[in-house]
Amino acid sequence: MNADPVAFSVKPGPALRLVNVSRSYGAATAIADVSLTIAAGSFVALVGASGSGKSTLLKTINRLVTPDSGYVEIGGERTATQPDHALRRRIGYVFQNVGLFPHMTVADNIGIGLRLRALPGRAARIAEMLALVGLDPAMAVRMPDELSGGQRQRVGVARALAPSSTLLLMDEPFGALDPITRDALGRETRALHERLGLTTIMVTHDMAEALLLADRVVVMAGGRIVGDAAPAELLAGAGGAAAQALVAVPRDQALRLIALSASAAAAPA
Amino acid sequence: MNAFLATLATLGHPLAAHVVLAASALALGLAIALPMIVWTRAYPAAGRVALAVASLIQTIPALALLALFYPLLLSMSALVGGGIPALGFLPSLLALALYAVLPILRNGVTGLAGLDPALREAADGLGMTTSQKLWWVEAPLVAPIVMAGVRTAAVWTIGAATLSTTVGQPSLGDPIFAGLQIQNWTLVLAGCLAAAALALVVDGVLALIEWGVASRRRLPIWAGVTVLAFSLGAAITALGGGNASAGSGRQTITIGAKNFSEQYILAALIGDRLEASGYTVHYSQGLGSAVIYRALAAGDIDVYVDYAGTLWTNEMRRPDIVARPAMIAAIGAWTTATSGVRVIGPLGFENAYVFAMRGETRRARGIASLADLARQAPGLRLGSDLEFLRRPEWQAVQAAYGLRFAASRSYSPTFMYRALESGDVDVISAFSSDGRIAADRLAVLSDPKGAIPGYDALLLVSPAHAHDRRFVAALAPLVGAIPVAAMQRANFLVDRDRDKLSPLAAARVLAASLGLRGRP
Repeated sequence: MNADPVAFSVKPGPALRLVNVSRSYGAATAIADVSLTIAAGSFVALVGASGSGKSTLLKTINRLVTPDSGYVEIGGERTATQPDHALRRRIGYVFQNVGLFPHMTVADNIGIGLRLRALPGRAARIAEMLALVGLDPAMAVRMPDELSGGQRQRVGVARALAPSSTLLLMDEPFGALDPITRDALGRETRALHERLGLTTIMVTHDMAEALLLADRVVVMAGGRIVGDAAPAELLAGAGGAAAQALVAVPRDQALRLIALSASAAAAPA
Repeated sequence: MNAFLATLATLGHPLAAHVVLAASALALGLAIALPMIVWTRAYPAAGRVALAVASLIQTIPALALLALFYPLLLSMSALVGGGIPALGFLPSLLALALYAVLPILRNGVTGLAGLDPALREAADGLGMTTSQKLWWVEAPLVAPIVMAGVRTAAVWTIGAATLSTTVGQPSLGDPIFAGLQIQNWTLVLAGCLAAAALALVVDGVLALIEWGVASRRRLPIWAGVTVLAFSLGAAITALGGGNASAGSGRQTITIGAKNFSEQYILAALIGDRLEASGYTVHYSQGLGSAVIYRALAAGDIDVYVDYAGTLWTNEMRRPDIVARPAMIAAIGAWTTATSGVRVIGPLGFENAYVFAMRGETRRARGIASLADLARQAPGLRLGSDLEFLRRPEWQAVQAAYGLRFAASRSYSPTFMYRALESGDVDVISAFSSDGRIAADRLAVLSDPKGAIPGYDALLLVSPAHAHDRRFVAALAPLVGAIPVAAMQRANFLVDRDRDKLSPLAAARVLAASLGLRGRP
């Protein structure tokens, strides 16, 4: 489709740099001296088991978690130089539990970032965002509890991107959705990422999702980065043992499914 | 039924006072609880402590909490050099507000704790400041729960406000407590019904507001708030009438009364005279014996009637017994010296403990005095009121005459007279001004050894009015004007079982019989 109904000014997303970032909770170390550079406009997946520190690392970027030491730069600027709330208003944040405000309509939920920044043209922008995430304009007046899980997370994405955020942080965004909705939303997110030129960082425990959506997969374990490669490199066996152990699971499943369908085809009707 | 409706119609002033008191207490409770709820967001441990303290306060009976504020405010007033009223509106307001805090605080703290953590994460992730998070997310979501707490607090406050009568604050407790004392059940029922109806109506209106808050509809919220504001405004206007006339040159006088018929009648008698002299009169009735004299000394009330023996033993702590005129003079000197209270004079009758028997029993046994009684007591049964057998008067009588009865039983006053009438007991401890002595044709035994102190009714005025000539002149005609027979008749009009008169009506009958009616 050539005539894009949503006229977006495409500012490419910023580059990121995490430098020697550490964070512990009491005696437990969540992140141990992690450094990571992310190119502008890339889609990075942070993959790891529960407790690997991937979610904590993501939250150090918008300072929902404050590093004990080290620092984060967005577009060359250190995040600690401004108040946390001002920083967060420029960063889109989507997480598994969505957190739509139950006392506000869908439109008010989407528009809240605009209200916070006192940006003009709120109604038009809300309509744009609904179209962008594939929701019927009539949804605007609904309350969150009238929506399905997938619709809610679409609203969550629209809310995160409404104030023209070019950096999108996603913490297991599709973890609570059924496989079909999850797959569809994953593809749509990737499409949005490209169309808006975002820098996107997505935390997931699902290696298959990471391989299919991201440009780059960073594997974490025990608060450290233990693997860092492009999906093609990972599938080719690069990226280290920990990464390969995670890649083995979906690859093995895929091979078994192929074998299964082959034997089903061979069976006499 | 007509009498009941007529009684209800007289409750306008107590109802207005009740509404203003309960609304003020609720407002103060909200003003304390809401900032505490906000405060507990940052300090959850402090929230638990605040909740524990509020729960602890709730375990204090309302009556005791109200009574505790009297000495507390009195000592605070002494600390800052006076000026803090220890009776009436202030202690009632404070005690009731403390009561109102708990349900509001508890619902607010519980509501905040129960909020989905994802909402706070979303608010933080969007870049809300702490106060934006409060006003845009937490407050609207917790508001319906807090409103439910406000409803509970309102119903509690309206109910407990009836108890503020005991600290001299007019409320719907006035008819309830007065009715209980003079056994006028119409009055009790009217007061209870009015308080219950008020609580139900307010609860209903608050339920409407709560529904509006929960479903985010403006109309029910505004309708409810308008009804409440209008009612409160009407109540304030109704009460303001008294103040306006005070502003136009009339001085407002508060008349105190203890909690029995004679006191209500005398208060009404004094009130009628002061009104005729151009004063505006308020009543602070049902005050306990222990607080009423101090209330007068502190200026919380301006005038009341007390009894010589009570002041002698309770306030002056004198164990000796002195002739009645000397006793009155000593009391007058003592009050002037210690507090500035002035004894205007004795009213002319005594309300003393006396021993009474049925006329025929007395004649048959030939008993005229306590000395005669002592000789026959081992074969007789004594009926007393609930406290007499523990009072110093009884010990004095026993010591002086060596009284020893075959048996003794305690009754509430009404049943004590019935027990004597039915022959269950032979002698009772009565009050000398009680109307039932004359009505039941009881014989009162003399006290030749003077073992029982004098209980002359004394007219006392507060230090502020002690030398107010117009005020004293308005009351002076009462001194020495009321013989005991007249007081007995007036008391009986209120205490009798049938055709009871209100204390005010009895006071007017009494005034007319004494020729005291009209302007002095």
